[in-house]
Amino acid sequence: MRRLVDTSPHITIRDQYRNIPKQAAEQLYPQGAIALRGVKPKTELRGIRQYRKHLSAIEALGGIRAAPILAGQAIFSFAGRNEAVSLSGIVPSKMRDVSAIDEDMVAGSLDALDVDTNGIVIGRALAKKLSLRMGENIIVVSPSGNVRPMRIVGLFETGNSNYDETQTFANLTRVQALLNRPNVANTIVVKLDDATRAREVAATIEATIGYKSVSWQEASKDLLDTLVVRNVIMYSVVGAILLVACFGIYNIISTVVLEKTRDIAILKSMGFHSADIRRIFVTEGAIMGISGSLLGLGLGLLMMRAIAAVEIRPPGYTGVVHLPVYWGFDQFLIAAGFAVGSAVIAAWLPARKGSRVQPVDILRGAT
Amino acid sequence: MSVLVAEKLGRTLDGEVPVTLVQDADVTIERGEFVVIRGPSGSGKSSLLYLLGLLDKPTSGRLLIDGKDTVGFDDDERADVRLRKIGFVFQFHFLLGEFSALDNVRMPMRKLGQLGESAQVERAQALLDSLGLADQAHKRPSQLSGGQRQRVAIARALANDPLLILADEPTGALDTKSSENVRLILRELASREGRSIVAVTHDPGFASAADRQVQIVDGKIVA
Repeated sequence: MRRLVDTSPHITIRDQYRNIPKQAAEQLYPQGAIALRGVKPKTELRGIRQYRKHLSAIEALGGIRAAPILAGQAIFSFAGRNEAVSLSGIVPSKMRDVSAIDEDMVAGSLDALDVDTNGIVIGRALAKKLSLRMGENIIVVSPSGNVRPMRIVGLFETGNSNYDETQTFANLTRVQALLNRPNVANTIVVKLDDATRAREVAATIEATIGYKSVSWQEASKDLLDTLVVRNVIMYSVVGAILLVACFGIYNIISTVVLEKTRDIAILKSMGFHSADIRRIFVTEGAIMGISGSLLGLGLGLLMMRAIAAVEIRPPGYTGVVHLPVYWGFDQFLIAAGFAVGSAVIAAWLPARKGSRVQPVDILRGAT
Repeated sequence: MSVLVAEKLGRTLDGEVPVTLVQDADVTIERGEFVVIRGPSGSGKSSLLYLLGLLDKPTSGRLLIDGKDTVGFDDDERADVRLRKIGFVFQFHFLLGEFSALDNVRMPMRKLGQLGESAQVERAQALLDSLGLADQAHKRPSQLSGGQRQRVAIARALANDPLLILADEPTGALDTKSSENVRLILRELASREGRSIVAVTHDPGFASAADRQVQIVDGKIVA
């Protein structure tokens, strides 16, 4: 989950509207009795217009970093080979704040796009595919037929083979010129200081600028729903295990209470109260719970380390990755808390039974 | 003021056929008095002792301990009276096997909580010393002889300085020499320390050391 939040934009604003804008006649006469068929929508230049103004408005909300992107298609031509790629026009200083691509640079840097406006950053896999090297020039052809030679100023490697072979970055202004879409961006990606606010911030942005704003929760709804199902299954299994452990502790304490019935009678004959007897056995249960939790946490940590060391090659990834393991302290606290709590509850029932022992019933028949 | 006064004390077990364990028992125990309860097996000696020691609830009559009527006391109130005013010695020592002799003697003091830890240890050691167990303090019950265990039990009964010691066949499981020893100890506790002793016994030799004997037959005090 953390990886999802860290690597994806928290909010993605696209040059789309969630609801189809109403036509002029419909706006003027919402209750009109006559339907006009075949009215063509107004032809608009695609993209987020006045994106700089929107960017300022978004950043003014506070705790937000935003970067404009103009994404389009292009063809790379080099040494007689042509390759279709995705070309994203970016502002490097802003892109660094919202994306991890800067951390994936293996040669050059995003900043070079500011220094050399004809510069382009491509994936190492694409460079390998076209036998390109840093500093070499390629011909970039846009769908509108614009042709521009560009120089490779950086290489990145994310490990995602498809991304590394098809994604490229260039200066926003240069891409706007290449794609014949001046002063336009078609995506604004947003990162928040507090990712959990993404849903409400996205709604605020959409209400403010009108363009469709999708939070990471909305974008990953299917995945999040799957995680909910996974959690339900996981907690059901853990709950069942805890229940079994509870019965185990209940049995142990019941046996101990049975074995110690005479001692309970002795203590009560001395003047110990029922509550004292309960406390003894509940404490014993709690000690079992704490000891078991510490042992379980130790074993769990060892197993987690073993799992984290497992190397896998996910489909579409060029590199080797380790199985993701969540090391958050909260999960250990919850597990230990539930285990100790269950142990105390499991011990309380036989402790209560033990505390009700009448000494005379035991002492009269004891030998 | 009498340490213990029982008036018309009775105990009947409920059931399809009610069973009377003790019937209309009138008993008065004075300070420093050593009284033995005698009677045939099943006559209700131990049942009377448990009633007098607040281990069992009477179904009739009154029981005053140190002037306070205990009828109507709940379990915790009766436990408090046992803790502060009564010490028990049973036929079988009933020491806690996991604890040393010293810790067994400390147990009632720990519950009472009037003494600090070091004072508890000091008092427990002094009690064991007085009963000739100075060197046995750190041994567990399983490492002691029967006579030594019973003396530890007596030391434990004395832990909270009780007014009354109730003993149920205290020599029943001991050899002659140990029985004699226990008898002398109880006698001295009554004579020198002014503690009241009530003991159930079958042993005529033990009974001869008492100031007074109470005879019980079929749950009724006959003499």
